[in-house]
Amino acid sequence: MMDQLNPRARRDRYGSRINREHSPLLAYSLPWATIMLASVLPAFFVASAFPYFPPLGLLFLIGWRLIRPGLLPIWAGFPLGLWDDLFSGQPFGSAILLWSLAMLVFELVEARFPWRGFAQDWASASVVTMLVLLGGAVFSGAQITIELIAGMGPQLLLSVLFFPFVARVVARLDRLRLMRFRTIG
Amino acid sequence: MAPPASRRSGHSRRAQYGIFTGYVIAAIGALAGAILLGISLWQPGSFSGLRNTAQDAVSPVGEAGAVARTESQGLFETVAGYFRAGSKNAQLRREVELTRIRLAEAEALKQENARLKELLSLTKGRQGTVAITRFIGSTASSTRRFGYIGAGRKDGVEAGMPVRSGRGIVGRVLEVGRTSSRVLLLTDSESVLPVRLAREDTVAFAEGRGDGLLRIRLINLGVNPLKVGDVFVTSGAGGIFEPGVAVAIVNEVTSDGAVARMISDPAATNYVTVERVWQPVALKAATVPAETPLAADDGGEAASQP
Repeated sequence: MMDQLNPRARRDRYGSRINREHSPLLAYSLPWATIMLASVLPAFFVASAFPYFPPLGLLFLIGWRLIRPGLLPIWAGFPLGLWDDLFSGQPFGSAILLWSLAMLVFELVEARFPWRGFAQDWASASVVTMLVLLGGAVFSGAQITIELIAGMGPQLLLSVLFFPFVARVVARLDRLRLMRFRTIG
Repeated sequence: MAPPASRRSGHSRRAQYGIFTGYVIAAIGALAGAILLGISLWQPGSFSGLRNTAQDAVSPVGEAGAVARTESQGLFETVAGYFRAGSKNAQLRREVELTRIRLAEAEALKQENARLKELLSLTKGRQGTVAITRFIGSTASSTRRFGYIGAGRKDGVEAGMPVRSGRGIVGRVLEVGRTSSRVLLLTDSESVLPVRLAREDTVAFAEGRGDGLLRIRLINLGVNPLKVGDVFVTSGAGGIFEPGVAVAIVNEVTSDGAVARMISDPAATNYVTVERVWQPVALKAATVPAETPLAADDGGEAASQP
């Protein structure tokens, strides 16, 4: 009996490669599903007198966009923003506009700085998140006062600090996305 | 990380057109967003049907979330309570004694009040609870502060109705879905509530600042009578909220009023009651121009109120 030299020779990080394939359904739907879920969920577990929670839907969109460029189409900001607007409490259209612009901005950043590292991703994600949050405040129909902007401070900071965590979660979800399933034939 | 190969379309016409079309659709999407945003800023209620349907669909999940949220709050408080338990216990004992005395006094006042009102043949307006429901949650990251409750048109909830918890006013209903509604919280920057100092007749407005606190603006400017720790209750002006319900507690005194904290913090709110508008006639009268007399049925309704 001959022993296998390397037991992992027929495997990659997504599982055994023999007779197993990625599921197209999972591979294409998981990013959309997780972003949509991230838009809805925070409203249920957070109830606060002032906004401090990071915009989780947007962070997941950015996470997927940066970790798998090209997986989400450039226009993904429109449908996903529409969904977010249904639950975010912002005037309808605010996320559609801001998320669409965010996707275009990442496209520009990618064209300008093609070789990226995590530090650059984090920096660009932070800047875009902050701009979207401030833009959201401007478009929210509320009067912009010093208190309002000062009250957003913790939220801006949390959003910046939250991105590495979201990036990790998205990387894990990406493994799940490309998991191999047994196929017949 | 290397740049993605998808950016390089090479000589393939199909790939070139694909990338170009993507940009065009993205730009159209952004433009559509801008137009929709303009419409909803101009007419805030335009997409409420869509929003309410979506909220109705997900609100059952929210009810479970509300339990988790309030219970985790309770857990933190329990843990925190173990520190300084002894001294706190003694302090609470003293406070309870004092409160009992105050309660008895309040009871006496209430009786006297009822007697006097009877004398003047004044009674309370149409009151009563429309629905008792869970406070599902609030907008998480938006600057606007809206809450969601698990009761809607099916339970008789209507836009404008006051929402309160056991501690005090939470806000008022803004949009009604079938099984859930959206509530404008007191701390939203568009919320204004007429209030009165609990210990005397100083009237003021409590406006949301958008950062979790309320700005108390006194109506009669002069010597600022406010002190830190003063409690404001609803004054009943405007006709929506019944008078005498706790609203805010003063945190910091400013030159023209104060900065106050909401007494019924949404984070610790589990169950809320939706109540009838306190004086619907007054509310209706406010929307009718001054020169037009109120319709007969309005007047009749006012007179027939027991």
